[in-house]
Amino acid sequence: MQISLKDKQFSGLFWQIVVVAIVVAIIAWLWSNTVHNLSVRRISTGFAFLGREAGMPIADSWLPYSPTDTYLRAFIVGISNTLRVAVIGIVLATIIGTLVGIARLSANWLLSRLAAVYVEALRDIPLLLQLLFWYVLMQGLPAARQAWKPVEGVYLSNRGLVLPSVPLETANLWVLLLAAIGVVATYFIRKHLIVLHMRDGQPRRSWPYALLLVIVLPGLLSLVLGASWRITPPKLQGFNFVDGLTLAPEYFALLIALVTYTSAFIAEIVRSGIQAVPKGQWDAAKALGLRRSFALQHIVLPQALRVIIPPMTSQYLNLTKNSSLAVAVGYQDIVSIANTTLNQTGQAIEAIALIMMVFLTISLGISFFMNWYNARIALVER
Amino acid sequence: MTVMTDIPITPRPRVQRTLAGHAIVWLRANLFATIPSTIITLLLLLVLGKALISLVQWGWLNAVWSVPDASNTAACRAVRGLGACWAVIPEKLRFILFGTYPFQEQWRPAAAVLIFIALFVMSSRRWAWRKELALVWAGALALIGLLMWGGIPGLPFVSQDRWGGLPVTLILATFGLAFGFPLGILVALGRRSNLPAIHSLCVLYVELIRGVPLISLLFMASVMFPLFMPDGVNIDKLLRAQIAFILFAGAYLAEVIRGGLQAVPRGQHDAADALGLSYWKKQGLIILPQAIRHVIPPLVNTFIAFFKDTSLVLIIGIFDLLTTAKTAIIDPAWQSFSVEVYIFVALIYFVFCFAMSRYSRSLEAQDSAH
Repeated sequence: MQISLKDKQFSGLFWQIVVVAIVVAIIAWLWSNTVHNLSVRRISTGFAFLGREAGMPIADSWLPYSPTDTYLRAFIVGISNTLRVAVIGIVLATIIGTLVGIARLSANWLLSRLAAVYVEALRDIPLLLQLLFWYVLMQGLPAARQAWKPVEGVYLSNRGLVLPSVPLETANLWVLLLAAIGVVATYFIRKHLIVLHMRDGQPRRSWPYALLLVIVLPGLLSLVLGASWRITPPKLQGFNFVDGLTLAPEYFALLIALVTYTSAFIAEIVRSGIQAVPKGQWDAAKALGLRRSFALQHIVLPQALRVIIPPMTSQYLNLTKNSSLAVAVGYQDIVSIANTTLNQTGQAIEAIALIMMVFLTISLGISFFMNWYNARIALVER
Repeated sequence: MTVMTDIPITPRPRVQRTLAGHAIVWLRANLFATIPSTIITLLLLLVLGKALISLVQWGWLNAVWSVPDASNTAACRAVRGLGACWAVIPEKLRFILFGTYPFQEQWRPAAAVLIFIALFVMSSRRWAWRKELALVWAGALALIGLLMWGGIPGLPFVSQDRWGGLPVTLILATFGLAFGFPLGILVALGRRSNLPAIHSLCVLYVELIRGVPLISLLFMASVMFPLFMPDGVNIDKLLRAQIAFILFAGAYLAEVIRGGLQAVPRGQHDAADALGLSYWKKQGLIILPQAIRHVIPPLVNTFIAFFKDTSLVLIIGIFDLLTTAKTAIIDPAWQSFSVEVYIFVALIYFVFCFAMSRYSRSLEAQDSAH
């Protein structure tokens, strides 16, 4: 047998070996440079630094933290801060984006034009610029003593947004847990009732179960445990607020920027998803005498969802990745904390590796969840 | 065009109407068709009216358009919170647009910006979509480099530490695309290849870059890159960021191009194989031209996203348009007028992105018309 570069199998193997060899050589070269440079700078590699005292203040955290804690603790706080802005941001952006997307299709000219302006203006300006803009506006708000009070108990000042809150004790958490279990149980009961309905054509009501499981039982537990649900409004003490829930200006600015920016993209996805549903579906619903809102909710949206979910997933991923812009306004998310760590310890490789690990994990998590949801709502072909 | 407006309207008798009559019919159909619609319209008009009045008061009626001299901003301070201080824009315009580029030489970055715009406009025309376009790009980019650096008689050398503002934004975006695009094509082909080692290398590259935020890549470029290099090799910060952008753009463009490759029918491959074309001839002459035509609208959208993303270099301290804007208002006399400067810079970004998005939409409309 003759071996030549013209032979398809042989040339394939040959080129693969060449490419892999080049890549390996480049990585080896970079690696040897790095090892040399690190030894010159007396930086030891490895994750031992995670156990050392961080000495870095973190202003805004829902987890207990003090500067004497370890770097590991600081990283965990950073991850929780990233998740806090990403999860709430995704929920709010989805709600606002869906509303704006539907508004763009409204028969009301003024409403649809306004929605179009909202989308166009937000999409064509860099997110970082919008973030800085919101942050500057936050800083320009009056001081805590002259805070704006749009609604009783809600204060907006240069200290951020302060909302009334319910102090959560252990008893409250148990009640909430029971209610959450109730929601899940209601979901499955409802599903079962629909199966029964399909079998014998008898409609069955699910709301009594919902009332019992989500309201009555947790309410009884609350009475038994003596949980207090008193809303405590924020009070001004000295130059700052005590009690209540405070959203720091950095967090609030980041949240507004992420939500408005992403909602503009989601609005476009929702609009094109709805438009992708054939017009005949609307006509058929109308012929059956269904109202437009009913047709939208039960006929069109479920079909539109199939088109909407894949691009929506990438918007959720984008929002999560964009939350790393936090570093520009000083909100301490994982990237910001890793960056401070990097400057303090010189552990550049480890810090960047941690950032990458965290984001790859979150990305995989979101993709996994959305793929599962997508498979659930996919068209079942018979 | 919209689904929801497609409710069959009972045909009206064709009568000659006056202009006012037309307006009333239009208003009835589009603003006051139903009771909920009327309520929405009235509510929106109320909110819009209030917002517009305060906007006009702030941005026009109470605004200060000029100050006697650069350090005397008393007039602006007097109306703080009530009116805009547009005087900051002409005062800082040259710095925002060109950064610390030598003042006498600033016609050079201005010319570079014009060449960039001419290049974009030309590339958007269908008649320009041919092989020679790559040569035009190479020539234009070389000319821009010559203008910015100088170093020949008549053009004194300007080091890239002094570059700033709009040209830097355009350079980062354009060079990122010019080099990221071929990289993206190679990676997309690699990802579709049936050679397992090359396929997995390309998947790894794309997923790693797309899985992490751009900021972490930029940190890597600014902090870790010096660690990767042997002693004595010191690459300029702008160039390091540029490399990060090329790698970033390559990964995202690869995914878009891969979508185009998947849309090319199998028969095209078979036909090319039957003609006995080699792999590169097949891809270059048959497959890629079709694949890229399929994905021009999403490619333009990727360009828009990429153009906006160049603003992230602010975080690693490179003087692009956003950074010069932020730096311009560090000046104590003008410190409190950042909103005006941000609005101005937002307009510049908006003009570029809006033009691109309009263009992408017109292409889509042309394609669906065929």
